[in-house]
Parts: sequence; C-alpha cells; structure tokens
Amino acid sequence: MEVFLRGYSALGPYVPVFLFIVVAVTFGIVTLFIAKLVRPHRPYPEKLSPYECGVPPLMEARERFFIRFYIIAILFVLFDVEAAFLYPWAVLYGKLGLYGFIEMMIFIGILLVGYFYAWRKGALDWVKEG
Amino acid sequence: MNFVLPEIDLGAIAPQLWLTATAILVLMVQAFVPLVTSRSLALLSIIGSLLSLVATLGLWGQEAVLFSGMIALDTFSLFFNVVFLLGAILTVLISVEYLEREQIAHGEYFALVLFATVGMMIMAAGVDLIAIFIGLEILSLSLYVLAGFMRQVLRSNESAMKYFLLGAFATGFFLYGIALLYGATGSTNLDRIFLIAGERGGWGNVLVMGGMGLLLVGFGFKVASVPFHMWTPDVYEGAPTPISAFMSTAAKAGAFAAFVRVFLYSLPGLAASWAPLLAGMAVLSMVVGTLLALVQRRNIKRLLAYSSIVHVGYLLLGLLSGGTEGGASVLFYLLAYTFMQVGAFAVVVYLGGQGEDDLSLARFSGVAVRHPVAALAFSLFLLSLAGIPPTAGFVGKFYIFSAAIQAGHIGLAVVGVLTSVVSLYYYLGVIVFMYMRDPVDLPERRPSAALVTALALAVAGTVEMGLFPGSLLDLAQQSVASLLGS
Repeated sequence: MEVFLRGYSALGPYVPVFLFIVVAVTFGIVTLFIAKLVRPHRPYPEKLSPYECGVPPLMEARERFFIRFYIIAILFVLFDVEAAFLYPWAVLYGKLGLYGFIEMMIFIGILLVGYFYAWRKGALDWVKEG
Repeated sequence: MNFVLPEIDLGAIAPQLWLTATAILVLMVQAFVPLVTSRSLALLSIIGSLLSLVATLGLWGQEAVLFSGMIALDTFSLFFNVVFLLGAILTVLISVEYLEREQIAHGEYFALVLFATVGMMIMAAGVDLIAIFIGLEILSLSLYVLAGFMRQVLRSNESAMKYFLLGAFATGFFLYGIALLYGATGSTNLDRIFLIAGERGGWGNVLVMGGMGLLLVGFGFKVASVPFHMWTPDVYEGAPTPISAFMSTAAKAGAFAAFVRVFLYSLPGLAASWAPLLAGMAVLSMVVGTLLALVQRRNIKRLLAYSSIVHVGYLLLGLLSGGTEGGASVLFYLLAYTFMQVGAFAVVVYLGGQGEDDLSLARFSGVAVRHPVAALAFSLFLLSLAGIPPTAGFVGKFYIFSAAIQAGHIGLAVVGVLTSVVSLYYYLGVIVFMYMRDPVDLPERRPSAALVTALALAVAGTVEMGLFPGSLLDLAQQSVASLLGS
C-alpha cells in the first residue's frame, strides 16, 4: 500500500479506510460463496417472491407518488438539517456565549422566514383550497 | 479540544449581507403584504442593490482574509461586485415590463435574482474551493428556478430542465475536481493549493492534474465555452428574456471571477499544463460559436446565445494571457459586455410581443421606421458586440488581443481578430433587417420608465467605456494586481 501512496502523504490517514473496504468486500464475497457450497437448494414460488414475509405482493413498486410528498420531504430535509446544526451549537453553548446565541437566532430566524413563506403559500395544506 | 471562535468581521461582507437582507425582505413582503405590485418589489430590489453598491464602494481599498481563510476582501472581489450589481440592477429594470406582459409577475423573481447575485459575490470573494462551491450552488440553484419561471410555457420548462440536468453534472465534475485537489494537497485553501501544487505539479502527478482538469470542465460549463456549450442556445431561448441577459452577463462574470482566481492565483505553477487546454477551449469557442451564429435567423435569442459563446472565447484568451494585463483585460471586457449584452436583450424585451412566439430576424424588419430610438440603440449594442471603434466592445477586444500578443499568443490573437471580422456579418445582418427592409406590423407600445432607464444606462455605459476607457482600465489593473500581488 505504501508503494502506491508514495508522494501523496496527505492520503496516509486513509490507509486504514482502504484496508477496511478491502476486508468488507472480501468478507461479503467469501460468505456468499461458502453459503452456496453448504446450503440446501430447494426453490419454490413463495420462496422466490420478492418479500418473503407472509404478505403476497399487491402491485408493482413503481407507482406514481402524489407530488405533495415532494414538498413535504423538502421541508423535512430543511428542518432536519437545521436540527443537525443545532446539536454542535448546543454542545458548545457555554463556550460560544452570547455571540453564539445571537448567531444561532439569526440562523433559525432565516429558516423561520422560509417556513412562514411555505406556510403562507399553502405548502403545508394537504388539500389546496381554491 | 480547544475551541477558538473564527475571526468574524461582518463589515467585510456588508455588500452580501445587504443583498441577502433585501432578498428576504422582498420574499416576505410579497407573501404577506396583500396587493403589493411587482413594480414596488422591483424598486425595493433596486434600493437593496444600490445599498450593496454603496457598501462595496465603502470597502474599496481594504484587504483582508476572513472567516478562517474562506472569504477574501480585496479590490478584485469588489470590482466584480460592481459588475454583478450592475447586471442585477439592469436585469431588474428590464424585467418589470416583461413580467407584466408575460403575466408571471411574482415577487419570488426579484428575490431569486438577488440571491443569485449574492452567490456570485461569494464566488468572487471565495479563497477556499468550498466557499467558491457554495457560491456557485447559490447562483446555480437560483438560476435553475429563474430559467423555468414561465411555468405554463413548455419552452421555459425545457430550458430549466436542460440547465438543471447539465448543471448538476457540471457541479459533479467541479466537486470531483475539488476532491482530487484535496487528495493531492490536503487542503481546499487556494493559498495552500498554490504552494503544494506548485512544487508537485506536472503531468506525473495524476491527482493534481485530474483535479485541475475537472475544475476546468466545471468552469467551462458555467461560462458556456465550447465543448461544454450545448445547453446555451436552448436555455437562453426558453428562459425569460431578462434572465437570458442575466445568465449571459452577471452569471458568466461570477464564474469568470472564480475562474481567474483559481487559475491565475492558485494554479499558475501549472500554467504549462492548463494553457494548451485553455487555448483549445478559446479557439473552439471563437470558431464554433461564430460559425453557428452565422446561420441563426429563426430566433434572435439564439443568435445572442451563440454570440455569447464567441465572447467567452475572447475572455478565455484574456485569461490565457495571464498576468496583470490579461486578467485586467478580462475584468474590463466583462464590465463592457454587461452593458452591451443586457442592452441588446433590453431591446429584444421591448420589441418582442407577448409570448415571444416570433423572434426571427424578419420580425425586426423596418423597426427603424416605427421605433427609431430602439433601432438606434440596438445598432449601437450590436456594433459594440462586433467591436466597432467608438464603443466599449472595441476597447475591450483591443485590450484582450494586445494582452494576448504581449503574452506571445499571436496565433490565437489572429483567430480572435478573424472571428470578430466574420461576426460582423451576423450582427450587421440584424441592422440590415432593421434599416433596409419594409416595416412589418408591430404592436404600438410605449416602453415603461424602467426599460427606458435600463436602455439609457446601457447606452451610456457602452459609449462611456468606448470613449474614456482609461480610468476603468486602471481600476481593473489595480484589482488584478491586488489579487496577484504584483
């Protein structure tokens, strides 16, 4: 491995990652291969159906989704990310002090503006009126 | 773990903050104030832009690197701020009438234009590839929406879809380039990349070369240079006309700002490697753009789109020449180009009827009889785009070609001069239609005050920069000198 990385010292810390990938891939392949050697081979229709959990499949999975799910999903991602940013702020709250507090309020305020906008435009109504 | 607050100086990004605040205000006002007209929102946007302009001029001459080495405050970024704000103000001015005519007068439009401008400013000021990338994304996402702003019109949807899909790919290339450069140098900071890429550059180093090449593809797409230009005519044709103007001037200037900073400031050590690639892109843009523009009769917006590709070729030539002279010629040309290109689109906005079903050159037959002032202004912009002497376009081209010759790219300069001679054919073609054909029936209309203001500004800029280019060129040179530290 060192031979390939000569001249790229910045990549040094990634050597464990490369090793991890190699081990992971090898483990998967070897397990599947050994299982194929030792397991019994008795296929029947129920076993071959996509989800073997007792419920017969009803229809194709490739359905058209209601477009409103998309807006809800986007709004969810927005506030999910906000929450992700709130965590490190909360952990370091004591060290950041008042400055950090004001910064975070501005950040939340900007997101709230987007929230009010979406609300006002009816993005939160499941059935749109008018 | 020791925690240190990054150095934060909000005054240094006052121009960006003013614009962001205005954009949010516009968004809120149009959502919550009933019966607010798009005209008052446009006025609000222009006031915000002017405040940002004042803040930019107030910061002039200061130099600093802030936010943990993410954002630089230097004359280079401030010069570009002026170009962006000018483009944004002109775009808002020519939009007012257009939005009402096409019945798409929603306030989000102005907010998005302002957000896009903020993105460009961050791109121009970014001294870290991550900051540049974030600016690029703010710019691109706003433009994707703006391109498809005419939701009921199929062309506009096509335009947004194409721009979005291809733009997403280009973003992928750009990001991959950043990743490779990070892999090679261990940093996304342009200063560190400069140090390390300088000593490790050369074709032997796959990571540095690959990263640089991928960045070149990303930038090439954003500025619409051949061979990454395929989206340009379709997107410019389908997008609302003021947005076509905005994309071809301010957005392009934003991409060029980061292009100049990354390649002239951070990767000059690899010039021997990127110069041939850039030369190829420049020649292809000039030649292919010119040849395709020659056959555009069906739609004036497509003609202007292909002509913008040719102009990107000239700009790449300036960038290739490098140094203070080359960089300054790019800055000067971008400013001149903003005036003449937005001006040309302003006339298209004025003369195109509702829906813009017919923008063929034949529609401009005899315009000089019915709308003599508009025809005169359009002729001025077209002649400036072609590079005829008493205009900004001539001076800009002159500086680019002289910088190219000084840098020893004589062959490329010859290609540039030849293509601009050929380009006269298609620019003059429009003027021939306007002055020498029998008039067709155009609806009698009076231009709005905003459109007249925009046209007057553009005419004034085109003529002023053509007659008295000296002081602005000095400014451009100072800006590049502040960047390159020479």
